[in-house]
Amino acid sequence: MSPAEEDQIKQSARNGWLLSAPALFVLTVAAVGPLVIILLYSFLEAGKHGNVVWNFSLEGWQSILWTKDIFTDSYVWADAHLTIFWRSVKLSFMTTIFAFLVGFPTAWFIATRPPKARAFWLFLITIPFWTNLLIRTYAINEVIRAQGLLNTILMKIGAISKPLELVYTDTAIFIGMTYVYLPLMVLPLFAAIDRFDMRLLEAGYDLYASRWDILRRIILPIVKPGIIAGSILVFVPSLGAYVTPRVLGGGKQMMIGNLIELQFGQGKNWPLGAALSLTLLLIVTAALLYYVKVANGEKSHG
Amino acid sequence: MAKPSFQVARLPGFSTVAMLAFLALYIPILTLVVYSFNSEISMGEWGGFSWKWYEKAWANEAVKDATLRSLNIAAFAAVISTALATMAALGTTRRRVFKGQTFIYVMINQPLMVPEIVTAVALMILFGLIKTVTGVHGLGYLILAHSAFCIPFAYLPIRARLEGMDLTLETAASDLYASPWATFRRVTLPLLMPGVIAGMMLAFVVSLDDVVITEFVKSAGQDTLPTYMLGQMRRQLTPEINAISTGLLFITVAMLTAFFLLTRKQD
Amino acid sequence: MKKLLTATAILMATTGLAAAEGVLQLYNWGNYTSPELLTKFEAETGIKVTVTDYDSNDTALAKIEAGGHGFDLVVPSANYVQIFIEKGLVEELDHAKLPSIGNIAAEWKDVSWDAGRKYSVPWQWGSVGISVNTDVYKGEVNTAALFLDPPEELKGKINVVPEMMDIVGLATRYYGGDYCSEDLEVLKKVRDGLVAAKPNWIAMDYGATEKMTNGDWAASVNWNGSSMRIRLDAPSVVYGYPKEGYPLWMDSVMLLKDAQNTDNAYAFLEFILKPENAALISNFARYGNGIAGSEAFMDPVMADAPEVVIPEEHKAAGIFPPVCNEKSREYMTAIWTELMK
Repeated sequence: MSPAEEDQIKQSARNGWLLSAPALFVLTVAAVGPLVIILLYSFLEAGKHGNVVWNFSLEGWQSILWTKDIFTDSYVWADAHLTIFWRSVKLSFMTTIFAFLVGFPTAWFIATRPPKARAFWLFLITIPFWTNLLIRTYAINEVIRAQGLLNTILMKIGAISKPLELVYTDTAIFIGMTYVYLPLMVLPLFAAIDRFDMRLLEAGYDLYASRWDILRRIILPIVKPGIIAGSILVFVPSLGAYVTPRVLGGGKQMMIGNLIELQFGQGKNWPLGAALSLTLLLIVTAALLYYVKVANGEKSHG
Repeated sequence: MAKPSFQVARLPGFSTVAMLAFLALYIPILTLVVYSFNSEISMGEWGGFSWKWYEKAWANEAVKDATLRSLNIAAFAAVISTALATMAALGTTRRRVFKGQTFIYVMINQPLMVPEIVTAVALMILFGLIKTVTGVHGLGYLILAHSAFCIPFAYLPIRARLEGMDLTLETAASDLYASPWATFRRVTLPLLMPGVIAGMMLAFVVSLDDVVITEFVKSAGQDTLPTYMLGQMRRQLTPEINAISTGLLFITVAMLTAFFLLTRKQD
Repeated sequence: MKKLLTATAILMATTGLAAAEGVLQLYNWGNYTSPELLTKFEAETGIKVTVTDYDSNDTALAKIEAGGHGFDLVVPSANYVQIFIEKGLVEELDHAKLPSIGNIAAEWKDVSWDAGRKYSVPWQWGSVGISVNTDVYKGEVNTAALFLDPPEELKGKINVVPEMMDIVGLATRYYGGDYCSEDLEVLKKVRDGLVAAKPNWIAMDYGATEKMTNGDWAASVNWNGSSMRIRLDAPSVVYGYPKEGYPLWMDSVMLLKDAQNTDNAYAFLEFILKPENAALISNFARYGNGIAGSEAFMDPVMADAPEVVIPEEHKAAGIFPPVCNEKSREYMTAIWTELMK
């Protein structure tokens, strides 16, 4: 490498940092920096009426896994927390899969329209998201409730004889989250499919591949970056969702986001809330790293 | 070329799923629009057509203020976060991988990974301290907080656009001795525009939706539409909210359509 | 970019809430402040009141404690009034500036959470009971058994509001204990009873006013004013006072230590102490207000509403929950988390 080249690389890196600096500054002040406060609070004692007392304590972290059984005064396995964590992971996973199953055909459909029509369909998929999340979630509730539109129609056409009990169930949360996060799956998938060269398909058909083979062997591998991006964008916010489980779960089915809110609110255990938040952050980061690793690993083989 | 690819690209059942998806997306929205004209207070009981909730919403200063404040914050946050995200995207793509690039990437995506309530409580503590010390209140804190969590949403589409962009034109421009700034303004930026617009729209919507962070950061007299609704939820959400949402929806659709038609004409 | 920053800086500065002439910042529960009251207050005094909403005592407390909030008045519930006082977040009221302080009804004058009303002025009070749609269930409504051991008709149709103090309190009374109980035997029954009953509940949510009017829920643990609003729309809904004991509550207005519009705040407090104005508060939210003589100015529907005027036979069962000590609160939280999982 010549010195001139080296200089150029250095210059390029410096520019990279300079250009990113303003964004990094804002993020440090209003997103990452505050996490330090949360980290600190997770090691303090819970205050009597919420907030914290400035004494070092590991109680917050400890109570994630073990809670004090008030009746035996001994520490027992905190299955309440684990149930909620498990429900959150399960629902977020299901949401991601389902959003993909619906989102992929939708993105494919949009990407295979004539260029002029594409913008229109993309536009159509984003419009519902210009209404506020809370009101949108309320509207879903309105559609799926016992005497709502869905049940009325299903009963009228004779598909069911008594209303489906959807509201305030895990299924309702799952439906709601899929609805809310669907565009976050469709948009990256569309971007990936849009760049896909359809001539590859012709080649495939020329070689007498079945439609299923084509989908599995040609299309999916090529749009994989889009699948990964979409899955992350759906999975991560689902895991920390607060509004959707609150409105559609009817308060009976908590997810991690609600559990954390409970600690900062009525539960008055801020250190536990802080520790739970950081645990969630760790889970998400681990999942992401694993995902990126798998994705990159396969790329180098293929 | 377009014709044959159209044929091979057809996958059985895909269009049906897509149509059902669009239908499912619009049913709740249509419900919302329909019930905004309901003369009954409760959603779910149809009492006949009426403009009542539109009139009530119009007469309700608190709702109007909150709506305008929401739009105001979202506009600022969208512009700021998009500007910052565009710069960061230019800094982190299309150059040799440099040390710390992964770090920057992780930092930018960080707001996506932390549940809102966590950032909310942390910001309440931090900003509370700053507000007490400086005595400055104002919408600035909310704009700052919103700008931060909007950055990843603006960044992703811009970055995607940059990665797929053809370098030839830029090289040609600098071969013709255009200054880097001129190259950027005349060549890169116009090419990047679809990504920037997509990013800004996402950021705007995300800011408009935020409840939890705003609820904790807001000072006196800074209710936004979502926090106003949150306050009402405990007692009763009236169809005024439906009316406002419908109104906003129509304004947005009209604006986007106008924008859509204008840009199409230019092409 | 530079222009943008300048604009932001200007925005940050100009919208600052300096102690401007003629404004008042009220921090209150959402949908709880009568617009009519504010209009009248502004017309009489020229002071413009801005209301900002919260949806839980905890959020309000946390934000006030964090500082720099810019509020003048806050409206916490009784058990939080003491916390605000204890933490030194509120100012002791100068009764000399409140000539109408004597208008507070006798029973609300010397309350346990604020002896002698040194810190707070009544806003609204009510009870926590159970709203029942009598088209669905025709049996006895004055019992907590409706949600702890629901009759067949109400299984899967009753909602329970997610309020820890109220629900654990109602259950403790039902199983023979007292508020803030530290009796583990009773608390065990409370926990087991609540956990066993939960599958019979449709939800643990707010919003009974809407969901009972449209028939989604047949019953709900609910506040009295909300129950009255439901009845005005759906006459078959009655309000039950659990005979085992039910909580009473009162939200009171307090002056914050870092208030910037103290004089205006006093003007507002004085204003709501007048019966004709307090009645406006009640007419809006349908709760009692604790000001003597305000009944005369209330809507006629409120004068004999069984939700607002507690019938004589149910009066004895109403209890003002004391502020529980740390131990009993720890018990309650443990039971609550167990229930909510």
